[in-house]
Amino acid sequence: MNASLFVLALMDGVSYAALLFLVALGLTLIFGVMRVLNVAHGSLYAWGGYFAATLGLAITSLTLPPWLALPALLVAAIVIGGLLGTVLELTLLRRILDKDPILQLLVTFAAFMVLEDLQRLIWGVQPVFVSGVVDQLGTLEVAGVTYTRYQLLVLPAVAIAAFVGLRWFLGRTALGRQVTAVTHHREVATAMGVNTGRVMWLTMALGGMLGALGGALASPTTSFTPGIGADMMVLSFAVVATAGLGQIGGAALAALLIGLARSFAVYLMPELEVLMPYLIMVLVLLVRPEGLFSTVAARRI
Amino acid sequence: MSAALLSTRGLSLKFGGVVAADAIDFDLMPGERLAVVGQNGAGKTTFINICTGYLKADAGTVLLAGTDITGQSPRAITRRGVGRSFQLPQVFGEHTVRECLLIAASAVQRRGGFWAPLAQAVDAAEVDATLELLQLHERAHDLAASLPEGQRKLLDVAMALVLRPKLMIMDEPTSGVSTDEKHGLMAVLMKALDERQVTSIFVEHDIDIVRRYATRLAAWIAGRIAADGAPEQVLRDPVVVKNVIGE
Amino acid sequence: MASNRIVLVAGALLAAVVAVTAAAPWLKTPVLLALANGLAVCGVIVLIRAGQVSFGHAMFASLAGYGVAFMGRAWQLDALLLIALGTLGAALAGALIGLFMVRYRGIFFGMLNLAFSMVLFSVLGKFGHVTGGTDGLRFDRPTFAGQTLERAGFETALLALALVLALAAGWVVMRYFASANGQALAAIKTNETRLEYLGISAKRVFWGGYVLSATLCGLGGSVFALTQGLVTPEMGYWVRSGEIVFIAILGGSGHALGAFIGAFVFEFVKLYAAALLTGAWQMVLGLVLIVMVFVAPTGIFGLLSRRLAGAGASR
Repeated sequence: MNASLFVLALMDGVSYAALLFLVALGLTLIFGVMRVLNVAHGSLYAWGGYFAATLGLAITSLTLPPWLALPALLVAAIVIGGLLGTVLELTLLRRILDKDPILQLLVTFAAFMVLEDLQRLIWGVQPVFVSGVVDQLGTLEVAGVTYTRYQLLVLPAVAIAAFVGLRWFLGRTALGRQVTAVTHHREVATAMGVNTGRVMWLTMALGGMLGALGGALASPTTSFTPGIGADMMVLSFAVVATAGLGQIGGAALAALLIGLARSFAVYLMPELEVLMPYLIMVLVLLVRPEGLFSTVAARRI
Repeated sequence: MSAALLSTRGLSLKFGGVVAADAIDFDLMPGERLAVVGQNGAGKTTFINICTGYLKADAGTVLLAGTDITGQSPRAITRRGVGRSFQLPQVFGEHTVRECLLIAASAVQRRGGFWAPLAQAVDAAEVDATLELLQLHERAHDLAASLPEGQRKLLDVAMALVLRPKLMIMDEPTSGVSTDEKHGLMAVLMKALDERQVTSIFVEHDIDIVRRYATRLAAWIAGRIAADGAPEQVLRDPVVVKNVIGE
Repeated sequence: MASNRIVLVAGALLAAVVAVTAAAPWLKTPVLLALANGLAVCGVIVLIRAGQVSFGHAMFASLAGYGVAFMGRAWQLDALLLIALGTLGAALAGALIGLFMVRYRGIFFGMLNLAFSMVLFSVLGKFGHVTGGTDGLRFDRPTFAGQTLERAGFETALLALALVLALAAGWVVMRYFASANGQALAAIKTNETRLEYLGISAKRVFWGGYVLSATLCGLGGSVFALTQGLVTPEMGYWVRSGEIVFIAILGGSGHALGAFIGAFVFEFVKLYAAALLTGAWQMVLGLVLIVMVFVAPTGIFGLLSRRLAGAGASR
């Protein structure tokens, strides 16, 4: 593998990891607070992407100023992610908190099924791909390799901003600290007067926005078709499981690990591309089931 | 030395800075009913956890009827004839009382091959006799989780008894049970153990219970056995009075 | 539900299947698919007994199915032999993977199963020159018990076999649940530590249940492969595993009959949604399940049990 391929793989991996991280972040945040694995999370990614593409097309057809394209992505994510997250929390997640864990998983799986069909009814089965933003921002050259500014700069920037923003929110704001309290111990937090209902709603909305943001940001470079939500669901789950359920910083590192493993596989041995995330997941779970960065011991006998 | 049922030599265990077991030498003879007393944290539960395989000692040996069982798993030690009951009764909440005993019995008896229904794979008559012995026969078909605390404790013991143990170790058999029920519970327990010729160790906080049902008393202080002998004698020992009873 | 009532319901279902497929032969395929699914669901309800759920058990169906396809193409074996060998392969895989699996509980158990299944899925999809890639593998209709049959005859024969296998599997599962091992398996859910303190190896008991569950999924996968004449990586996708668990809860995870009832409901909603609701069967079933979780968590079988109030509670 020569130097320019190496750089290419590296940049590919980093930009892919940025997307993975955003989605995984939402998933792990929701798990941390609600202790439920939201199987519908992949659908939020899909809806984010589809909706962003729709907005993008609207901007073009209404001949609005093209520079709106990038902010439109962010708006799309916030709107659709926040909306869906809120709806899911109010109608479902809030009501299943005390149910059997198997039933909790099934309910979110059922929500995934519903959202999949709704998505198909709204956007159809034809691929949706709106790449205007990428073309607008152009390319730049790094170490003799040409790369799009969008993938090299925008994606990692948003991921880092989300990470820093979330850390700041959780650590430095009153509401954020309440979220952290509920993550550690819901009953104790309730006893201390924290409005856990509000915390959960906020978490779902935030988690939904992050998932949708991953999709929205992926839409200019990926063609969205039915099934893309399911693919991202299991992939983001691989990141979360590798890092450790609820681990935020760990999710960033796991996303990088998996993103880079995948991108290098593409260039070195393409058959392994899809395999890498799950191979890593299996190895981590066999050796350290609680995740690479977790502090709690796993339920293992 | 005549055959001790349970022996420990130099049993030691430290948790962080706390000495939970301090080079304990101990012998239990068959037929004894040993009561174990001591303040919380004195090392009583640590001792029985080591003897039943739940904890591994840092040093020392445990012998059961002459066989070295040091470091073996709870499962292996149970199979050698040690039954255990717990402070919080450990039963199978979603099974009936009778099913709990049948499952327990299946650990030591298997008849009829892989497919035989549970009730036919074990000696159901013996199970029913045990139910009667522990006065649980009227609730035989109720879910274990629906039993009141006292009966769940009896069920806990019954499940261990059905294993035909030589030694029964009970962790606070009367705790959580109302005062007027304690004596009834103990009477039933001890009668059952006598009938099945099972030697017993029980950790207990209630001195009246100790006086009435134990043949021997060992008092634990700071990981060591401070006094050991006939209950009345030990209960008069000033060290015991000061450190254990005055609590 | 009392056992004579169970026999009645099972008998009624059986009669309905026979009558319906005789009257409308094109329904043989969906019925076969439902039976194949039901077999896999039987596998999953064994694990649910122990309080565990696997989100990767479609991998055993997939392994068996691909085994059937490979052997069908390479050696042109008889259908009966293909099913036997496919199922055996899944059982062996279950035995091997189970050795790792039985140390995990709860969400970690679910995750590890999912991870294994996705590894298999990726391998099947990518190593195209061996596995046919994402298009999968086709194989010709084999002989059935030595007879070369046309499509209609083959389907009828396969249907008869599948019905027999379904009855056998249901009987095996319920018998297992009533046995000493099955009861110990159920105790893993409520108090695993206590089992150890009774001298019973919970891991060994769980392993036995895991092997049984893998075998049943493999049986379902083999029947599925023979019905379609085609296997694809999708057979082992995580969504498929999720659907199997879905059907288990929909039908009622306490009894093998629930597994088959759920599978039939699932298959027929799929069929009619394609015709009537522009194919939005996922939405329909998803909403149904959500309602059921709140209203009737013991599934359709649980509801039936209460209606036909036989002796004893449905557990």
